[in-house]
Amino acid sequence: MGPVSVARVHIDVMLKDEILDPQGQAIERALPSLGFTGVREVRVGKHIVVDIDDADDLDRRVEAMADRLLANPVIERFSYRVE
Amino acid sequence: MRIGVVTFPGSCDDRDARQAVAVLGAEPVALWHGDADLAGVDAVVLPGGFSHGDYLRTGAIARFSPVMGAIRDFAGRGGPVLGVCNGFQVLCEAHLLPGALTRNAGLRFVARPQHIRVEAGSVWTAGVAPGTVLAIPIKHGEGRYVHPAPDELAAAGQVLARYCAPDGTVDDAANPNGSVANIAGVTNREGNVAGLMPHPEHAVEALLGSTDGRRILGAALASVTA
Repeated sequence: MGPVSVARVHIDVMLKDEILDPQGQAIERALPSLGFTGVREVRVGKHIVVDIDDADDLDRRVEAMADRLLANPVIERFSYRVE
Repeated sequence: MRIGVVTFPGSCDDRDARQAVAVLGAEPVALWHGDADLAGVDAVVLPGGFSHGDYLRTGAIARFSPVMGAIRDFAGRGGPVLGVCNGFQVLCEAHLLPGALTRNAGLRFVARPQHIRVEAGSVWTAGVAPGTVLAIPIKHGEGRYVHPAPDELAAAGQVLARYCAPDGTVDDAANPNGSVANIAGVTNREGNVAGLMPHPEHAVEALLGSTDGRRILGAALASVTA
């Protein structure tokens, strides 16, 4: 039996567009004071890195863990990529 | 009359909740998050605090505690469950209550006396007339209630209380955290599961500034005993 292949999965969790993001707003207000002009909007989210045994059902497992724990579907959406 | 109070790792209002239960003449029963049964209690309180460090999202990890399976069954049989503050967050994460609680609009942790107007009947407010204004303290950093259809929630009788001015006026000035429609607490459709951001367990002794918390907790005791 060969070694188990491990996939590195990057999962991004963001508040849905319609949910107020006060952290993003605070950054949005801070940037111009540092001289960064032209900033239209800032949204803050989470970037989660998971190393996980690779297999055919990787997508299904990642989507299930994101849906059940990593994101709250009431207020957040997620996307991911496998490295 | 036995009321269970669950302690999660990071709960900090569990002792106050048990004390409030005792002040009201019921028997507090300490429950542990790792317990898979509720020791035959008549009602359950999930207290405030910072369960599991509030890592990931408030209540997100606590939701998977063994005790939550027992609470889901208990609630499904009509058992009264009240979540206060972090307990409210846990019940939302567990989808036992609608909506979610997010970072305060002002980003600041808010700790202060607060007035709320009781809106709807539930076992937890039985005997408190809708429109009654109560003084109950708040203390939270993530209490901004979010729901896509707050009017439908109100029409279904699921809005338990709203943040208001001392005279009962519900407006933006009286909203401490940006909650949609000033919502401070909600119930499930059946009314037996309730969540409240303010802390009634901190308002049961005149020495602490208000005894209005007794009206919420006491109503529940009366209705469960009845």
